[in-house]
Amino acid sequence: MARMKFLCDAERCIECQACVTACKNEHEVPWGVNRRRVIVMNDGKPGEKAVSVACMHCTDAPCAAVCPVDCFYTTADGIVLHDKDLCIGCGYCFYACPFGAPQYPQQSAFGVRGKMDKCTFCAGGPEEVHSSAELTKYGTNRVEEGKLPLCAEMCSTKALLAGDGDIVADIYRKRIITRGGRPQTWGWEAAYGEGV
Amino acid sequence: MRSQAQATKASRRWRAMLWSLFAIIILAMALPSIGYLVADAAQVYGPEREFSEERATNPRSEMWRDARFGEGGFTTQTGPYVTNQMIANIGENWRQVRTGPMTTIGGWFLIAVLVLISLFFAFTGRARIEEGRSGMTVVRWKGYERFLHWFTALSFIVLAITGLSLLFGRYVLIPVVGHSGFAGYAQGAMYVHNFLGPAFSVGVLFMIILWAKDNIPNRTDLQWFKQGGGIVGGKHPSAGKMNGGEKVWFWGGVFTLGLIVIVSGFILDFPNWGFQTREIMAWSQSIHAIAAIIWIGFFFGHAYIGTLGTEGALEGMTRGRVDTNWAKQHHDLWYEDVIARGERPVPESELEDGKAPAHPAGQSGH
Repeated sequence: MARMKFLCDAERCIECQACVTACKNEHEVPWGVNRRRVIVMNDGKPGEKAVSVACMHCTDAPCAAVCPVDCFYTTADGIVLHDKDLCIGCGYCFYACPFGAPQYPQQSAFGVRGKMDKCTFCAGGPEEVHSSAELTKYGTNRVEEGKLPLCAEMCSTKALLAGDGDIVADIYRKRIITRGGRPQTWGWEAAYGEGV
Repeated sequence: MRSQAQATKASRRWRAMLWSLFAIIILAMALPSIGYLVADAAQVYGPEREFSEERATNPRSEMWRDARFGEGGFTTQTGPYVTNQMIANIGENWRQVRTGPMTTIGGWFLIAVLVLISLFFAFTGRARIEEGRSGMTVVRWKGYERFLHWFTALSFIVLAITGLSLLFGRYVLIPVVGHSGFAGYAQGAMYVHNFLGPAFSVGVLFMIILWAKDNIPNRTDLQWFKQGGGIVGGKHPSAGKMNGGEKVWFWGGVFTLGLIVIVSGFILDFPNWGFQTREIMAWSQSIHAIAAIIWIGFFFGHAYIGTLGTEGALEGMTRGRVDTNWAKQHHDLWYEDVIARGERPVPESELEDGKAPAHPAGQSGH
C-alpha cells in the first residue's frame, strides 16, 4: 500500500506562498488557522532557504500518541487524520507536533480553543465521503477523487511534492543526482564543520 | 600497650587507603574536565556562522542543521498557533515523558499508595481515643476555616478526578465507555478542570496565608518525628495545634506542591497570555501532572488519617469541635493552650441543634 508523504525541495521553493493560498481557498480554512505555512530560514541573507511546512503525516505521530481522547487515526494510505467530533481542544497535539501543524480557531482564557484543525492531505475526515459534514469540518476530499493535495499539484516550481513516498523519493533522488553538488556539499568540513 | 599501638597503625593504614581511593575517584572525574577550562565554548559548540565566499559551506546543510536545532525563520502566516519554528524538538521529548513514566510510574505510584494505606489499615486498624470519649468538646476549627477547608478539599477532589481522567482516561476509560462516550465526558472534564482550577487556587492561597502561623516548625516536631508520630511504639508524642505530620502536609503538600501546581496550571490555563511557547507548555504540563500526582498520593494519606485512620479527628473539621480526650492525646500542648486561654469545654449534650455529635450519644459515656 502506498504511504503518502509530502516533500519540500528547499532548492526549488521560491517562497511564493501559493501552496498556502491554495490550501486556504480549497478548504475554506478559517482566519487564523493555517494548515500550511512557508518558513524562510536566514531570511534576507545570502543562502536563505524557504520550506513549505504542514502536517507531515508521521508514521509514528506524536499528536496521536498524546491525544487524551485518542481521536487520531491513520488511513490505509498512511494519512494521519482526526475526528473533530471527539476532539476536546486541549492543545496537546500542538505541543507534541514538531512541525506546529495542529491549529485551533481560538486561543482564549481557561484554555478555550475550539476543535483542532490540520492538514488532511486533502483526504477529508471520518464523515461520509463528499458529504456536507465532511466539507465543513475537514474541507474537500481530493484523494477520494484520485487527485493529490492541491498545494503540491499547483506548486509552480514543483518544489512541493506529494504522493506515494517511494515515488516522491525517486523523483527527489533523480533531482539530487542531476543537480550534482558543489565541492562544499560533501567531505569532512561539510559534515563536521570547520576546524574540527 | 603494644597491641594498642599496632591497632592504631592498622587503622591509620586503612584510613590512608580509603582516602587515596577516594582521591583517585574524584580526580578521575575532575581531571578530564579541565579541558573545558582551556577550550573555547565556540569551538566546542560550533563557530558563529556568517556567509562569506572564502569559507562557504553548503547553505542547504546549514539550513537543515538550524532547523533541526529548533531555530526559527520568517513566516508571513499569522494566527495564534502559527509559529515560525520549523522543527520543535520539545514535542517528541514531552511525548516520551507523557506516554512513558508520567502514566506508567504515575499510575502505579497512586495504586501503590492506596494499597499501602489499605494494608496499614488492615494491620493497625483505627487509632482509637485511648481514654474513650470524655463527652466534653473544645473548638478546633472556626466556621470560616471549615468552609475554606471543604471548599478547597471538594475542588481538589473534582480537579483530581478530572485531571486523572485526562491523563489515564485513554487507557482506562476508553476501553470501558468507548471513544465517543469518553470524548463527551472528557470535554466536560476539561472545562470543569480549567474553570475550577483558578477558584481552587484562591482556596489554597488563603490556606497558606491563614494557616502558616500554626505550621511553623519547632523543636516539638523533631521529638514528634523521632517517636514516629505515635504510629510506631504506641507512645504519643507532644504536639501543638498542628503536629509534625500535619506540618509536612502543609509545607510539602499545600505550600510546595500547591504552588507548583497552581503556577504551572495558570500557564496552561491561559494560553491567551501569549508568552507560552510550545516548550513552556510542554514543560508546564509535565511539571503540573507530576506534581499533581505526587500531591494526590499525599492527599490519600491526609484523607485516610483525617477520616478512617483516627477516631475523633474528622469532627474537628465537620462540626468544628473535638473531644477533649482526643485533644489531649493528639495535640496536648494545644489543648493546654486552649484551656489556659480560658476556653471552657462544652458537653456534647449542650451543643446546639444541627451540630449533632458525630457519634451516637450512647458511645460517649465510656
